[in-house]
Amino acid sequence: MADETTQQPQQTSEGGRPSGPRPGGPGRGPRPGGPGRDAGGGGPRKYFRRKKVCKFCVEKIDAINYKDVRLLSQFVAESGRIVPRRLTGVCTPHQRRLSEAIKQARNIALLPFTSRI
Amino acid sequence: MRTYEVMFIVRPDVGDEDMDKLISTLENQVGGAGATMKNVERMGKRRLAYLVRGFHEGTYVLFTLESNSGAVVHELERRLRVTEPVIKFLTVRVDEEQKRLDKVRKERDARQRSKPAPPPEAAPAGAEPAPVTA
Repeated sequence: MADETTQQPQQTSEGGRPSGPRPGGPGRGPRPGGPGRDAGGGGPRKYFRRKKVCKFCVEKIDAINYKDVRLLSQFVAESGRIVPRRLTGVCTPHQRRLSEAIKQARNIALLPFTSRI
Repeated sequence: MRTYEVMFIVRPDVGDEDMDKLISTLENQVGGAGATMKNVERMGKRRLAYLVRGFHEGTYVLFTLESNSGAVVHELERRLRVTEPVIKFLTVRVDEEQKRLDKVRKERDARQRSKPAPPPEAAPAGAEPAPVTA
């Protein structure tokens, strides 16, 4: 009885560990070089496809303006929706600013809200 | 000192002189209220991303103005709302963002100045005091 109760917390913690950092995904941290995951070897490979880096951090682009449609449209899908961070590899503060700029551009008809493709 | 960017779209079938008149009216109104118009940029005719008041195209104009109060912008927006040729407008306040950008650039310049040798050199004699492991 006592053994079972002591084993249970361990099981839940192990079960929780892979799912914990998963929402963070490949974009979490500057260089997520395999922080000792349990099944990181040959098992579920869908955690790190490749080490995507934030385009804005690399090229040191400070200002994300709503006026440069060319830059913004790289992060917008064909349907007009904003592409999620885990696909583009953008870091969180830049994704927030990018998202605000895209919404401003949409309001002034530089980008569409939706486009049926 | 607050800096605002006001971008508005004018109907495409408005002539050049009408546009000049419209812009100078707005400029006078802004100047009369005590703000300074730093820049007027005509971005030309562009295709709109969606239908606005039944138009597919429009002429974009960008005002950059500086003011101490927000009442100037409030009045300008009210004017734009009533003006018939203007079909859409957007006001963005940019001084906070500009302050942040200046700060980031200053920090980056300071950092670059204190590290003259590029890191991939891996030369032992760098400007940085390397930790001596005895």
